[in-house]
Parts: sequence; C-alpha cells; structure tokens
Amino acid sequence: MNIHEYQAKEVLKGYGVAIQEGIVADTPEQAVEAAKKLTEQTGTQWWVIKAQIHAGGRGKGGGVKLAKSLDEVKEISGKILGMQLVTPQTGPEGKLVRKVLIAQDVYYPGESETSEFYMSVLLNRSTGKNIIMYSTEGGMDIETVAHDTPHLIFKEEIDPSVGLQAFQARKIAYNLGLSGDAFKQMVKFVFALYKAYEGTDSSLFEINPVLKTSDNKIIAVDSKVNLDDNALFRHKDLAALRDIHEEDPTEVEAGEAGLSYVKLDGNVGCMVNGAGLAMATMDIIKLSGGDPANFLDVGGTADAKRVETAFRIILKDPNVKAILVNIFGGIVRCDRVAQGVVDAYKNIGEINVPIIVRLQGTNAEEAKELIDNSGLQVHSAVLLQEAADRVKEVLA
Amino acid sequence: MSVLVNKDSKIIVQGFTGGEGTFHAGQMIEYGTNVVGGVTPGKGGQKHLDKPVFDTVEQAVQSTGADVSIIFVPPAFAADAVMEAAAAGIKVIVCITEGIPTKDMIVVKEYLKDKDCRLVGPNCPGVITPEEAKVGIMPGFVFKKGKIGIVSKSGTLTYEAADQVVKAGLGISTAIGIGGDPIIGTTTKEAVEMFMNDPETDGIVMIGEIGGSMEADAAKWIKENGTKPVVGFIAGQTAPPGRRMGHAGAIVGGADDTAAAKMKIMEECGIKVVSSPAQIGAAIAELMSVKA
Repeated sequence: MNIHEYQAKEVLKGYGVAIQEGIVADTPEQAVEAAKKLTEQTGTQWWVIKAQIHAGGRGKGGGVKLAKSLDEVKEISGKILGMQLVTPQTGPEGKLVRKVLIAQDVYYPGESETSEFYMSVLLNRSTGKNIIMYSTEGGMDIETVAHDTPHLIFKEEIDPSVGLQAFQARKIAYNLGLSGDAFKQMVKFVFALYKAYEGTDSSLFEINPVLKTSDNKIIAVDSKVNLDDNALFRHKDLAALRDIHEEDPTEVEAGEAGLSYVKLDGNVGCMVNGAGLAMATMDIIKLSGGDPANFLDVGGTADAKRVETAFRIILKDPNVKAILVNIFGGIVRCDRVAQGVVDAYKNIGEINVPIIVRLQGTNAEEAKELIDNSGLQVHSAVLLQEAADRVKEVLA
Repeated sequence: MSVLVNKDSKIIVQGFTGGEGTFHAGQMIEYGTNVVGGVTPGKGGQKHLDKPVFDTVEQAVQSTGADVSIIFVPPAFAADAVMEAAAAGIKVIVCITEGIPTKDMIVVKEYLKDKDCRLVGPNCPGVITPEEAKVGIMPGFVFKKGKIGIVSKSGTLTYEAADQVVKAGLGISTAIGIGGDPIIGTTTKEAVEMFMNDPETDGIVMIGEIGGSMEADAAKWIKENGTKPVVGFIAGQTAPPGRRMGHAGAIVGGADDTAAAKMKIMEECGIKVVSSPAQIGAAIAELMSVKA
C-alpha cells in the first residue's frame, strides 16, 4: 500500500528520522494558516508548496513550487489544489490534487554548501535480506543514475540475525563523503530510517533527496513509503492511512468483492482463477490479436455471485469488445462454474459483447454442454488453444 | 524415486483441524497420500479424519516418525509453524499459506539456513508425485504418472501445464509449486537441479512469471549443468511495469525482471521457450520425441 508524502514524513518522524517539516492543507486559506504556523515553529521565511498525490516526478509536472510570501502561498496553493497533475508516473490523464503540503524551505544559505543524496531501503529478493541502497547523486531519477553512473550507487546488506550495525552506518556516511557534524547526523539518520522500515513492515522506503543542509543537518526532503499489504493486519494505524481517492474506483470495488483486479488499456476483458493463469491468459489474448483490458483473478471459489460481480466490473470498461473466461476447475467443478456464468449472464441481462468461456478440469465436458445449450451468445472451449482461436474469430 | 515426496513419505498436517486443513487433508487422504496425523495446538489427543492430533510438531514426529509437513496455518502464525516444523526435524515443509508478511519470511529464511530441511512455498499449491503422494491442494486427477518434472510459481497454471503434458501423451514425475511470494524456500533453480538429478525424470517444464531473477538464475545453471530437455514459459508478457499482478512477488521492478528479458536469457541458455501458454504440452512432447 502506498501513502502520501505528508503521511510518510509523520511516520518517519515518529521513529526519530529528521524530516523537512510541513503542514498539510486542503484549501488555499488553510495553506496560508499552515505557512504562518510553520514559520512560528521553524523560522522559515519561504515555503515549498507540494502537491500530495501517489506518484513521483511531481516537480516536473508543476506540482512543487516555492512561495516567497504569504500571498504567493495562497496563489500557488490555489493553482495546485484541484489541478490534474500529470507526471511521468501518472499517465496522460494525470491525478487530481486534493491536498498540498506546505513545507519549510531547507535550502537556506549558511556555513557550507548543501548536498543532496539518495537513499532507499528494500528487500533483495535473491538473498532474502534487506538492503540499504544509497548514492551521492540525490534529487535525480535513480534509474538514470543506475544507467549512466552505476559506480555511484552503493548497497549495504543487513544481516537479519543481528540487524543494522554501527560500522555499516559509518560506511554509508563515509561513502557519501561526509565528515564532522554531518557525518554524525547521517549515522543517526540511517539508524532511525532502518528502524522505521522494520517497525512499519514496509516493502520500500525511498528518500530522494536526503539533504545535508548548510548548517550540517541531515533531513528527508521527500519520502516514498510502500507498506507490505500482507502485514497491515498488525498495523491498524498505518492501514488507516489508505487514501482510496488515489486508487482506481473499479479496482477498489473489485477488492471489496474479493476479486484481484488491475485495469489495463486493451480491448479484451478476462476473468480467470489463479494469478499465474490470469497473466498467461492476458498473454494469449495478445497472441490472438487482441490486447488485455484487465487482470482479474476470481480466486478459488468461482461461484455465480463472484462471476456476476466480475462480469459487471469488466463491462464497466467501454473499450471491452470481448470477454474471455478461463477457469481451470480442480477442486471447483466446471459445471458449477458454467452454471454460475449462465446465471450471471441472465441476471445482468443485455451483454453486448461476445463471451468466450473456456472451462477445463473436473466435469469440463458437462460444463461445455451446459454453456452450448444455454441459448446465450456464449462461445465455449475446452482446450486453451481453442479459446485463443475463438478470441481471434470474434475480433476478426 | 521422484523428488521431495513419494509413497513412503510420512506426512503431518499443521493447522489440521481448521477449515482449509480439514478439507485438503481429506482430499490428500482420498488420493492415497500417507497422512499420519496432524497438529493443532490445544487439540492434542483428539482424533480428526481418523488420524491422531498433536499439540506440537515435536510430539507428532516422536509418535509417528513424520518427515514431511504441510502447513495450512493462517498468515499471522505461519512463519512460526514453519520454524516449529524445522526445529522438530521435519525434512520437507510445504507451506500453502498465502499472505505471510515479508518480514516474517526474512526471519524464517535465516532460521532455516543451518537446518537440514527444505521449505517449499509459501503461497504455493504444494507438491505432487502422481500415484504416490499429493502434498498440496492441486486436483490430483490431472496429474498422470510419467517422466516430466514440472516446476511453477503458480497454482492453476501448473494444473494447465500438467493437463497439456498428459494430453500430449506424456506424464509427470513430480510437480512442484514453488509459490509466488518475494521470499520462498525452494527456488526455480533448486527445483530444476532436483529434477536433473532424479533418474525418474527425463524432461522438465519450467513455468515462471514476471518479477525477481529466479528464472534467469535457473537458466544460467541449466546452461552449465543441464542434461535433460527443458521447456520454459513466463507468464505476464503483457503486464504493465510497477503493478502487482495478484501474487505478492509478481511485479516488474526493472528491466531485468520483465517477461521478455527472462525469455531471452532462457533461450540463450538452451531452453525451449514458448510464448503461448497453450503450447507447453506440444513443445515438451516435441523435445522428448527428438530425444527418443
């Protein structure tokens, strides 16, 4: 699960990670109040207005701006709030900005130059251990850094039996070229950050940039936090940070019905039992000359109610020109699934796109007969290749 | 022979008396699997499905000589169940549970490092050696006995592959569902290695999906050490980057874990890669007939 920058920073702060302070606002008036309050708390003379959406690259789309007066805070907040912010990660339609974070200016001049670093914490899947990945090249797209200057990306693996060690934190601070106060602050920062990662059961922390201020503080200026969905049951406080506005409404509805659904841009919908077979079904749609309109796993119990909900969800997408149902019945009997399809079809009434139903496994032949004799506009198949051929026919 | 489980395996079920455990243990017994008992803390001394129930895995091992365990314990307690089985000396631990937090699995992996046991899963359909033992939730009738080893991250896609192998006139030595989570006990490479060393396996079907590097690791191993024909398929050729496709581990994170990148490496390592999931059976049948 993703959370907003302002939420992530609050979480990090709770674990002792130094952050760029800020106050979230829903309206330009609140933004001005937030700016005043922030100046009382931090002494900041300028303010950074940051759009709060679940996507990176906000600056590039005009979602992060500096305000040098309270009038500017009001004016800029007014422009950013309510805009459809388009970034390299949102897709062309962009995302509606509902909140802005009014943050302190941390690039003030002082005794030394500021520098920006990159730091993330994540799982190294091949070793089953967490790593801290960091770079001297902060504030940039890390994929670009990895491509152009891979020698500037460092990794520190954490041994699960003993956790993060002091020598590792020191090594990170040295590799980032720090000394004196800034060095000590970085060691502290790394420890607090790792503690937060473990404490929140996260699957990714990305702090870009980590800033060394002109007075040698080390702070998180931006923060991206992905929580492990499987661990949310033991973090009710974090689960409450979910913002469903940031999710596709159809995906939310599907989730509530126990279906795993991801919307895609294609023209052939699909409904499958099992995630692996669902991906394979998307692939076979492509090979048959179509494009998958979605990923949809109906789960182990493909009963009439779930099948109906799945049909309704797929049919919401106006691009869908055909639907492929692919169920490998094992413990679930195919004839029961077939009955579910027929009942769902009748309940929905008019379905104006061709449906191909491929049922294989227990009682597959009975299921095919049931579909064929239903009198509905449904094409049946038993082998996966037959299903692919039917898709090709209906698209032709 | 075959791998991991056979007719001599003595199997216990952890989470025996729960809904899932009861249903699938019943199916396993019906299949002819040698289930010798089960474990549910607090229910020791009872009988369930005509088999003894124990409070701890240790007691179950002492009383029954069990060497294989299958786990249907809810996600919050599953990591603990795996470690309990390992501590009690179970050799093959099959964890079906879906939804275990990654942090718990990091601990499990570390704990199992020095133990003499093998974990399969979690979030997997289990292991089946046809006509001998079904230690999982797969429909047993699909898997006819034969000489093809199947390793897969997915449940229903494994059944699909097995069905195609059988319809192509071949059969299965053992099928291993290794699971779709970011951290799993047995990797694709380890499963392939077991099949290469198994005298009852003549060919291998290797099914992967987007995310991680396990298929590439297996492919590189096969290039160096492979002695038997291998057919490969990667699900998720059409999956968009950055979106999780059902399985917790099925997400494209970079350029190396896309389906296309994996398929390319597999082909370069001498694996017969099919782009259509409908061609798995035909492809392995063709390789086997060339070999014969």
